[in-house]
Amino acid sequence: MSLPRSCHALAASLPLLALLASPTALAAPDPGDWQSVVEEARGQTVYWYAWAGEERTNDYIQWTADRVAERYDIELVHVKLSDTAEAVSRVLAEKQAGNDERGNVDMIWINGENFATMKANDLLFGPWSEQLPHYPLTDPDNTPAVRYDWTIPVDGLESPWSSSQVVFYYDTALVDSHPRSMPELLDWAHDNPGEFTYARVPNFLGNAFITQALLELADDTEILYEPMQEEDFEAVTAPLWAFLDELHPLLWRSGRAFPGNSSELRRLMGDGEISIALSFSTTEASGAIANFELPDSVRSYVHDHGMIGNMSFMAIPYNAQHKAGAMVVANYLLSPAAQAHKQDPLVWGSNTVLSLETLEPDDRARFDDIDLGIATLPPDELGEVLGQPHPSWVDALAEAWQARYVGR
Amino acid sequence: MTAPSLEFNQVHIALHGRTLLALDARVAPGEVLTVMGPSGSGKSTLLAYAAGFLAPAFQASGQVLLGGQDVTALPAEQRGIGLLFQDPLLFPHLSVAGNLRFGMPRATPDKAAKVETALADIGLAGFGQRDPATLSGGQQARVALMRLLLSAPQAVLLDEPFSKLDTALRHEMRQLVFDQLRGAGLPSLLVTHDSDDARDAGGQVIELS
Amino acid sequence: MLRLAPWLIAALLVGPILAGLAMAALPAFGYLPALGGDAFSLDPWRALMTQPGLARSVAISFISGLATTAVSLAVVLLFLAAASGSRLDRWIRRMVSPLLSIPHAAAAFGLAFLIAPSGLLARFASPALSGWERPPDLLIVNDPWGLSLMAGLVIKEIPFLLLMSLAALHQLDAERRVAMARSLGYRPTIAWLKVVVPSLYPLIRLPVFAVIAYASSVVDVAMILGPTLPPTLAVSILTWFNDPDLSRRFMASAGALLQLGVTLAALASWWGLECVVRRLGRGWVAGGQRQRGERALRLAGKALILLAAATALVGIAGLALNSLAGVWRFPDGLPQTFTLQHWQRALPALGGPVAATLMIASTATLLAVGLVLAALEHEQRSGRQPAQGRLTSALTLLYLPLIVPQIAFLFGLVVVMEALGTRPTRWLVIFGHLLFVLPYVFLSMSEAYRRFDPRWSRVALTLGATPNGAFWRVRLPMLLAPLLTAMAVGLAVSIGQYLPTLLLGAGRVPTVTTEAVALASGGNRRLIGVWALVQASLPLLGFIIAVGLPRLLWTNRRGMRGTP
Repeated sequence: MSLPRSCHALAASLPLLALLASPTALAAPDPGDWQSVVEEARGQTVYWYAWAGEERTNDYIQWTADRVAERYDIELVHVKLSDTAEAVSRVLAEKQAGNDERGNVDMIWINGENFATMKANDLLFGPWSEQLPHYPLTDPDNTPAVRYDWTIPVDGLESPWSSSQVVFYYDTALVDSHPRSMPELLDWAHDNPGEFTYARVPNFLGNAFITQALLELADDTEILYEPMQEEDFEAVTAPLWAFLDELHPLLWRSGRAFPGNSSELRRLMGDGEISIALSFSTTEASGAIANFELPDSVRSYVHDHGMIGNMSFMAIPYNAQHKAGAMVVANYLLSPAAQAHKQDPLVWGSNTVLSLETLEPDDRARFDDIDLGIATLPPDELGEVLGQPHPSWVDALAEAWQARYVGR
Repeated sequence: MTAPSLEFNQVHIALHGRTLLALDARVAPGEVLTVMGPSGSGKSTLLAYAAGFLAPAFQASGQVLLGGQDVTALPAEQRGIGLLFQDPLLFPHLSVAGNLRFGMPRATPDKAAKVETALADIGLAGFGQRDPATLSGGQQARVALMRLLLSAPQAVLLDEPFSKLDTALRHEMRQLVFDQLRGAGLPSLLVTHDSDDARDAGGQVIELS
Repeated sequence: MLRLAPWLIAALLVGPILAGLAMAALPAFGYLPALGGDAFSLDPWRALMTQPGLARSVAISFISGLATTAVSLAVVLLFLAAASGSRLDRWIRRMVSPLLSIPHAAAAFGLAFLIAPSGLLARFASPALSGWERPPDLLIVNDPWGLSLMAGLVIKEIPFLLLMSLAALHQLDAERRVAMARSLGYRPTIAWLKVVVPSLYPLIRLPVFAVIAYASSVVDVAMILGPTLPPTLAVSILTWFNDPDLSRRFMASAGALLQLGVTLAALASWWGLECVVRRLGRGWVAGGQRQRGERALRLAGKALILLAAATALVGIAGLALNSLAGVWRFPDGLPQTFTLQHWQRALPALGGPVAATLMIASTATLLAVGLVLAALEHEQRSGRQPAQGRLTSALTLLYLPLIVPQIAFLFGLVVVMEALGTRPTRWLVIFGHLLFVLPYVFLSMSEAYRRFDPRWSRVALTLGATPNGAFWRVRLPMLLAPLLTAMAVGLAVSIGQYLPTLLLGAGRVPTVTTEAVALASGGNRRLIGVWALVQASLPLLGFIIAVGLPRLLWTNRRGMRGTP
C-alpha cells in the first residue's frame, strides 16, 4: 500500500477507498459495517497463528475459542508456532505462489520487526482495527503505544492485544540486594561471575536486553526513535559494546553460550544455575512459582531509569480467507471480560491494553479484583515505561551483536 | 481319472551359452522316470524347467507335453504338475488339515471328509488340527505327499524327496510314494543321486553327466 | 500393475525432491519475484559468506556428520563382534526396536537433562561427592564443538545401524565363519572383526550413508543439544528462513544449497576414508595376528553399547520424573514434591494431536507398505533381485530422501505445492511423510522378503494356487512378523517427523511432535516431559503390537515362532 499516510484516515471512513487500498478487498468485509461483519463471520473457521511456547497462553487462547464459538458461532483454531516468523514465511510463500485470496493464515499474534516486515511488503489487510467497537476502550488518543508499534505507525493494520514490560527477577535466597541499573548489574556480575545471562540475540528478549542497556548507557536516546542512519551507529552504540565486552566474560558459561529464549532462561533460574534473569512479562515469576518452575523465593524488580515496554497486536494477512471472523475474534479479545481474564496471573497474567479510566465501573471492578501474585510488582512500582526504539536500530544492534560475539 | 502321459520333447537347456542338459523322453501314466547325476549336473534345473520356475538367465528350447498338450508356455500353477521337495515344506502357519486343504481344487465337494480319509490312509487319523511343527519327520513327509495328491495333479516331479530321511524311514517312504503315484496312475519324474531311489522307482533311468 | 510399483515409488520420491531443490536453487541465485528478485545474481551467496561464524557452522555440520557415523558404526560393530550369542546380545537385540522408536527430540531432551550441570547426574553426585551446592558453571550442553550434539545423535543412530546390521547378518552365516576362524586359533572378537566385518560392511553401506546425511543436516536435535554461537548450518538456515527480514530468504536458499554441498562433501570424505580403511584393513586382516587386543575389544564392545542404551533409557526416565515433579531444587536427586498437575493440564490438549498423529502415521504406513510389498512381490515374480548395496535398481532412489537434507528441499517443496494450488491438508502431510516412511519400510521389509525361501511359493503354485493366492495365503501370513515390524518402523518414522509436518501442513495439522517441539520452545521441562513421553509411547505401542500380535496368532504354530 503506497497511499500517503493522510489517506488512511480517509480510507477508514470511506469504504470505497478501503476497497482501493487493498488489492484483494473486492470480497473483503467492511469493518465500518460491524453488523454485516458479525453476520459474515458466523460459521467461519479462523486459523490463528500464535506463538505457543507458553502453556498458559495456549490455555487462554483455548478459553477464547470456547467463548467465540458460543457467542459468534466461530470456530477458532490455534495454530501453534515456535516462532512467529513462521507465519510470516507462510504468507510470503503464498504470495510467491500467487495465492492472493485463499490464504491459510487468518490472524497473527505479532509486533515489532515482524509487523514492520509485513507492512513494508504489503502482506497485511486493512485498515480495519480502529473501527472495532471495543477499540475506543484503549483510549488511543492518549495512549501512543496503541498507534505506534516500535515507532512504526500502526495505521489500523493491527489491533492491540497485550501490553508488556521488561522486568528483572532474582532469587532472594541467593541475592541480598539487587542491582538498580546496568552499571550496578556489571558490578554485581564482577562479584558474582556466572550467575546472570540473557537470551541469545536475535531472540526478542535478548534484543530487549541490549536495547535496554543502550537506552540506559547512551548519551542521547532521542536519536534511537528515528530510523537509523549508518553514520550515527558507531558513536551512539560505543558505550553499549564497552559494557557488553566487560559483562560477557562474567556471564553464565562466560558468555560462550546463551539460553535461546525467555523460557530457557527461566529454566536456568529454576535449576539454580543463575540467580538473576529477565522477562518480558511482569507476572512471569508469579506464574512460574505457581507452576513449580521457580522457587517461591523469587521476586521481580526494575531499574531506576525505567524499563522497555511494548504492545503486541493481532494482524490479518492480505490474503486471509476468513477476515470477518478474524475481526470479530480480535474485537472479542479487546473486550473488558477477555482482557481481565487474561490479566489474572493464575490464568496468564498478561497486562491489559485497555485504559481503565474509559471503562464502566462494573468492568473496572473486574480488574481491581485480580490478585497479582507474590512476585509481581504492583503497577505503581513498575516505574517508567521506555518505548521501543525504531526497528532499524534493533535490527542493526542485533546484527552487530552477532558479528561481534558469534563464532569467536 | 484317465491320466495323461508326460513328454519331454527335444528339451535343451543352456546357461551363458553352455549346454547344461538335453533330454528327450516320455513317461507313461503310472510310470516313474528317474534322472540321476551328481551335483551340478543340472537335475534341479530340469525340475525348475518342467515345473515352470526356470530363472530368466537360462535359455531353454524344446517342449514339455502333458497328455499331448504343450504346457511349456503355461505358468506353474496352470500346468497341473505337482512337485515334492526334499523337505516336506508344510506351511507352518496352517494346521495339518489346512495344509491338506490348501491344494484341493475349489469345487471339491465335502473337503473335510476327504481330508479325514486321506489322513487315515497315511496312518494319521485325527491329526487334522495338529500344528505341523509337532509332527515327526516321517509324518510330515507323508502329509506332504498327501497334500500333493489331494491337489489332483496330472503329473508329479520329485526332487530327491527321500534324501533327508533316515535309512529305515527312507525305504518305507519310497514304497508309500511310489505305490500312491502308481495307484493314481500319474506319470512322474524323479531326480536323485541315490541309486536305491532309482531301483525302487522301477522305471527307466537316465544318467546325466 | 505390480510392474508399475517400483516406478511409482521412484516418481513419488524423486519428483518432490527435485522440484523442491529447484525452488530452493532459484532464490539462491536471486530469483524470487514475490520479493522483488527478478534477475539472477550472486548477491545471496555474497550475503551468506559474510554471515558471522559461517565457517564454524559448516565445519561443525561436516564434522558431526562424519564423527557421529564413525562412532556409531564402531560401537555397533564392536558390540556385534564382542557379544554375539551372549545374554547381553539377546537383551540388546530385544531393546533395538524400543530404542529406535524413541523420537530424536525426546532422546535429545532426555540427554540434555541427564548431562547438564544442573542435570540428573550432577544432582546424584551432589553435594556429597562433588561438593556442589550450586550447579557448576560448565558448558556441557550446547558446547561450541558440538560434542553433546554428536553424543545425542550417536545414541539414536546406534539402534538404527544395529537393526540394519542384524538384518544383513542373516545372509552372512556369521557363526560358521567365526567358528572356522576360531578353529584356526583366532579369538572370537578378533575373528568376527576379521572374517565378518569385511563382508558385512558393503551390505550396510547405504544405511551408513543415510546416517552421515542425517547427522550433518539434522535440525531438531541440533536445536536442543547443538552449539549456539553459531549454531549448526541447518539450524542457521531455519533461522534465516524464519527471519522477519524477508530479504534473508535469498540467503537462506543459498544456505540450503550450501547444506546440500556440505552433506555431499561429508559423503565424499567418508568414501575416501573407506578407501583408506580398506587398504589398511586388508593388511590387518591378513596379518595373522590372532589374540592381541581381544580382551580390550570385548570390554569396549559390551561397555559402549551398554552406555548408549543406558543413557537413552535413563534420559527417558529423567523426563518421566520431570513430568511428575513439583518443586525440585538443585542439588536434590529427586523432586521434593510430586504432582499430577502437568499431566492434568496437558491431557485435554492431547486428544486431537494424538488422533491426528495416529491417523497420519497409519495412513502413510499403509500406503508405504502397499507400495513396498508390490515392488518386492514384482521383484520375486520377475525373478530379478538387485545385488545388495549396488546402485543397480530404480529402487536405489529410495535412499534419496535419506541422503538429501530435509531443510534443502522442503521449503522449496512448500512453494511448489502452493503454486500447484494444493491446500495444506492432512493428505499433503501424509504425502510428505510418505517420502520418509517409504524408504524405512522398504529397508526393514526387503531383507526378510528377499531371504524368504522361494520354495514356499513354488509349493503353493504347484498345488494350483495362483500367484496372487500364493501371496495372500502363504507369503503374507508367513511374513507377518517382519511385516508388522516394518509397519512399526514406518509408524515410528512418521510420528517423529517435524519439518515436513510443520511446513506441508502449514502448521494447521498439529501432531504430537509439532506440539512437543512448539512447547519445547517454551523450555518448561516438566511439560516437555509429558509430551516427550507421549511422543515416545506412541511408536512403542506399534512395536508392542508388532511383537505381541504374531505371538498371539501363532500360539499353536511352533514353526512360526522366531521365523523367518
